Amino acid sequence: MSSTIASEGSSTRTTPQGVEPGSYEKDPAGFLRKRRGRYGERAAMAVLIGAAGLSVLVTVGIFFALLLPALEFFREIGVVEFLTGQRWAPSFSDSSFGILPLVTGTLWTTLIGLLIAVPFGLGAAIYLAEYAPERLRRVLKPVLEVLAGIPSVVYGYFALFFVAPTILNDLLSVDVGTFSVLAAGLVLGIMIIPTVASLSEDAMSAVPRSLREASLALGANRMRTTLRVVFPAAVSGITASIVLAGSRAVGETMIVALAAGTRAQMVSNPTDAGQTMTGYIAQTATGESSPGTLTYNTLFAVGLLLFVVTLLLNVVAGSIVRKIREAY
Amino acid sequence: MNSHYYSTRTHDVAEAGNETAANELASLVEVRQDDRRSLPSDPKPIMECEGVDVFYDDFRAVTDVSLGFGYNEITALIGPSGCGKSTLLRSLNRMNDLILGARVEGAVTFHGQSIYAKDVDPIEVRRRIGMVFQKPNPFPKSIYDNVAYGPRVTGAKVSDMDDLVEEALTRSALWDEVKDKLKQSALGLSGGQQQRLCIARTIAIRPEVILMDEPCSALDPIATSRIEDLMVELVKDYSIIIVTHNMQQAARVADRTAFFTALADEGTGDRTGLLVEYDLTAKIFSTPADERTENYISGRFG
Ligand SMILES: Nc1ncnc2c1ncn2[C@@H]1O[C@H](COP(=O)(O)OP(=O)(O)O)[C@@H](O)[C@H]1O
Ligand SMILES: [Mg+2]
Repeated sequence: MSSTIASEGSSTRTTPQGVEPGSYEKDPAGFLRKRRGRYGERAAMAVLIGAAGLSVLVTVGIFFALLLPALEFFREIGVVEFLTGQRWAPSFSDSSFGILPLVTGTLWTTLIGLLIAVPFGLGAAIYLAEYAPERLRRVLKPVLEVLAGIPSVVYGYFALFFVAPTILNDLLSVDVGTFSVLAAGLVLGIMIIPTVASLSEDAMSAVPRSLREASLALGANRMRTTLRVVFPAAVSGITASIVLAGSRAVGETMIVALAAGTRAQMVSNPTDAGQTMTGYIAQTATGESSPGTLTYNTLFAVGLLLFVVTLLLNVVAGSIVRKIREAY
Repeated sequence: MNSHYYSTRTHDVAEAGNETAANELASLVEVRQDDRRSLPSDPKPIMECEGVDVFYDDFRAVTDVSLGFGYNEITALIGPSGCGKSTLLRSLNRMNDLILGARVEGAVTFHGQSIYAKDVDPIEVRRRIGMVFQKPNPFPKSIYDNVAYGPRVTGAKVSDMDDLVEEALTRSALWDEVKDKLKQSALGLSGGQQQRLCIARTIAIRPEVILMDEPCSALDPIATSRIEDLMVELVKDYSIIIVTHNMQQAARVADRTAFFTALADEGTGDRTGLLVEYDLTAKIFSTPADERTENYISGRFG
């Protein structure tokens, strides 16, 4: 078989399909050239870049909006005093701006919340992804997602009027007052269970069936298959779900404002009342504090700390995931 | 050409001569011949199917299959796509349990014991009857952890895991290629290496039977040939049952071959898989008793 490349003007040159003979003579290479005017694709690209850019811009914008009044605040109050002080009394005459009481409030409610949400959420995810019959799963999954959509003020009242007096006091004989980080944290945990469950279930269901079959064919039972194959393969999604749930717990306002109380004190015991960072902001941001005052700037300093904590949470989780995940 | 393969007749000779149908068939394939292939006409079975039907809900995918799988033999299951080869294979180590609605009727026995009896633990069945899948499916773990996985999860008493991993990898003809990167991810291996790793992983739990469902269909010819050599090596210690759509492969490696086909059920019109003929491979590929086998092997079957 011989194959020769047709030289310029050779009569053996054939015409490519769908090309006008006339235009082909004028511009023989034209049919291969990039065509202009794919405006649809360019427009779509522009919209997508715009959408991605906007979310970055908004994040940066929020950061600076927080940063400027916060810097004002730190001109008056030292960073070290703010971060290590154990007394939070910004509106007293002998005012004090040590944020640790608010941090302990947030830590307690968040940790109690995660202590509830991680085991129950992962348990639900494992059941749904690995054990539940397909039909049941199709019913349960949407129910779970509806649970995530209940307004947090409802959860707040649930904590205040039901969990604290009835469940904790009467049923479990735990001695809590009207307000406690325990009641707030428990209900916070219930609120974020669906976040953990739903996202973890997605991550586990996405693990290829072939990996489960490989494990079972090697004589592993279902639980071992789940723990040793499915879990490690889904760990980035699972971690993401926990971080997201943690961020929601740190940022959740209504439940803690209603059920944890407004006493900013160092919380050393879960039955204590306590104020969280978000609780302080909700209590103080009433519109009475005018821009430029110290009270106003204090809000932004607390807000900035919340922002940084959430950001750190995500960064740390990301690097953990990169270390331990088993990408399939 | 490997010494234990030989061609009874080349294509050219077959075309030139005035041949019988048998010679014509034999010319299409190379039937493996070696010293230990002086097999009895009936296998000494390690596993047996007796009147096996397999259903998916109401759909009967396999009908009335009876055959025995020889101890330390390679048995090939061949037949057109959709005739239930994979379905039958998966019913041999209860992998069908994992499919909702799948059901096995009739008897499947292993050392004479029914593997579907009420008090049988499917985990124990699968530990003794291992499986290698069509698409290589190594875990996204290190090469070492892939091989060690089975012994670890089955709680096998292993005095030295390093030794066991080395032995399994050596037996699957992979050790020399991976011995310096045991801690690296198995996903970095080529498709053929991954499949040999899957075989190593199966060997590591010391099964008695290895089921293989088209283990070479995702591999190139060189990788395929290495796996075939490996099977011939492994059959000294294991009984192997392989599904293949590649008749040359069946002819090259299998001691016995079972030919299946799919027939439309008279009542429902559903196509169901049937065992047409089961015999020594040399017999199936030279003088098959059934016309359908002959048609399929000679390529006259669609
Ligand atoms: N999980 C399943 N559910 C329902 N039907 C199935 C399932 N797997 C296979 N089948 C059907 O069973 C028949 C046999 O399939 P299979 O065993 O995969 O054939 P082969 O391996 O010979 O190509 C086919 O008709 C196929 O559609
Ligand atoms: Mg198949």
